[in-house]
Amino acid sequence: MKTDHHVILRVTAKFLIPIITLYAFYVQFHGDYSPGGGFQAGVIFAVGIILYALIFGVVEALRLVPATFARTLALFGFLLYGSVGVWAMLNGGLFLDYDFVIPEGPDGHWGQHIGIIVIELGVLFAVAGSMLTIFYAFAGRAPEIDDEDW
Amino acid sequence: MLIDVLSLLPESWVRHLPVLVVLGPMLLSPICAAMPKWRIAWALALFGIITSSVFAFALLQDVMAHGRVSYALGGWAPPLGIEFAADMLNAPVLVLVSVIGVLATIFAMPTIVQDINEEKRSLFLSAYLLCFAGLMGVAITGDAFNLFVFLEISSISTYVLVAIGGSRDRRAFTAAYNYLIMGSLGATFYVIGIGFLYAATGTLNMADMASRIPEVADSKTIHAGFAFIVAGLALKAAMFPLHQWLPNAYTYSPSFVTVFLSATATKVAFYALVRLLFSVFSPELEFQQVVFTWVLAPMAAVAAIACSFQAVFQTNIKRMLAYSSVAQVGYMLMGLSLASAAGLSASMFHMINHALMKGALFMAVAGVVMSLGSSQLKDFAGVARKAPWTATALGISALSLVGVPLTAGFLSKVALFQAALMQDWWWAVVVLAISSVLAVLYVGRMLETVFFKTPGPAQLQVKEAPLMLLIPLWVLALGSIYFGLDASFITSLTDGAANVAFSGGQP
Repeated sequence: MKTDHHVILRVTAKFLIPIITLYAFYVQFHGDYSPGGGFQAGVIFAVGIILYALIFGVVEALRLVPATFARTLALFGFLLYGSVGVWAMLNGGLFLDYDFVIPEGPDGHWGQHIGIIVIELGVLFAVAGSMLTIFYAFAGRAPEIDDEDW
Repeated sequence: MLIDVLSLLPESWVRHLPVLVVLGPMLLSPICAAMPKWRIAWALALFGIITSSVFAFALLQDVMAHGRVSYALGGWAPPLGIEFAADMLNAPVLVLVSVIGVLATIFAMPTIVQDINEEKRSLFLSAYLLCFAGLMGVAITGDAFNLFVFLEISSISTYVLVAIGGSRDRRAFTAAYNYLIMGSLGATFYVIGIGFLYAATGTLNMADMASRIPEVADSKTIHAGFAFIVAGLALKAAMFPLHQWLPNAYTYSPSFVTVFLSATATKVAFYALVRLLFSVFSPELEFQQVVFTWVLAPMAAVAAIACSFQAVFQTNIKRMLAYSSVAQVGYMLMGLSLASAAGLSASMFHMINHALMKGALFMAVAGVVMSLGSSQLKDFAGVARKAPWTATALGISALSLVGVPLTAGFLSKVALFQAALMQDWWWAVVVLAISSVLAVLYVGRMLETVFFKTPGPAQLQVKEAPLMLLIPLWVLALGSIYFGLDASFITSLTDGAANVAFSGGQP
């Protein structure tokens, strides 16, 4: 049997990655009324994937989350954020005025709640996607000069 | 002379104008990045920037008709919320940046085919749109911290744009890295300064800050904040001796990036400096007068002479024009440090003219480089014979750079001289005159090579630049002539800007 030096790392990582991901969503969904939010959650979520890439290799990580998916996620998150602003404008409010996100009376403030949650989701996608894209860009970069060429 | 764009727009759009000038390019940027075909991305970029320039024109007319326009983002009223505010000081800057943006985007079509690898072109255009949106944001925002955010958006995408030149010339990487370090220092200094001001005044809104600073103007906090802000923005605007990032960044980046940056980025940073110095701080403050007389004016004088002198000895034509840009920033700072309405108006006038002529010069150089493959001055020998249209536009803009009568550059230099004489700054007139003579030397050397030297075999292979390049080039060159004959439109704008600045930027 081939010995595996990293067996402890692998087992621990497998145990930790779901918890990290879950924690990311915990931070995400508390972001609208307590410390936390999309940025931190996005970083934590990306860290889970990056840990996976460090332990099991970038190739495996790329099978799990392809580079194009990460990039598209970032773009989608950015657009989601912007479209909430435009949506409020179309409903007759100012840019990003959450009071106009859903039709409700002048006393209703559910729009504020929904608006901030959608915005934070946009931030989550954008940050997680960007972090992964940056990581892939560094990790996937082949050295231009081999060590033997020196 | 303007078409009444404002009345053509739907009523409901008009109140959103301040945010619309930024929104289109910013939201199109991620869509561009996802485009598999770069030509579609290019069309989207052009569309976004054209809409942005239409809105900028409409906003200018709105401001001219009704005065200051304020927009509360998210419905949170200023000074608590973030405010986008347009007045006569920034509306002309928005128009300038967006018009240059449209011309540069048309110019981009033929040049990025040569300069940038195919798989990077969509991403490149996406970064360009972000940079554009960031510059527009710096110009429109009425919030001091928000200005920092937009400054970073535009700067970070600029580093990317410069570094993309690395696939052709590896030196672009070091240039971009150098720019990154210097630019980050500038942004950090700016935000430290804003931190001090926030500590002293308790507000981030510029108009609110302006009304609170006089009470606390004697505190060390305000002085330190002021020093940090001036140093940070001067770095971004390439004030001597903080201009070291500029020559390499302009020389090694793709020609499209050079055109766009030279005509917009330093101009917007200069606007930000004017905004902070005149409508947040006030020229009546004692420490500000000290800075004007003993820091900005001497540095401007050194820049105008030393960098013109350096330009004379450059062998690379792009680098020569880059040094000339630093010298021209010196002219603008000289006008600014007069701390008079006439001086500020003259330096804004020179800023607009410089955007026109430097944009055209870099475009014309790019047009020749496309078929020549070199930007060394000696390789430009006699290219006018093979590319007369490109070379003529180059000649017109170069004459405007020197300040030959009947060109826009002449009028703005005269305006600067007059403003300096009004305060008996004879030495400033002498400095600017010496700098102009040096400009005759380096421009003369360029024109002599281009028009009168005998072309070698390589130069005979030079072809006329493509039409997509000639159109924006000639629009800019003819602009330099038109505003040299009748500058009343620009001077009415810059006089308005100076009035706003000296009334403290209050609504």
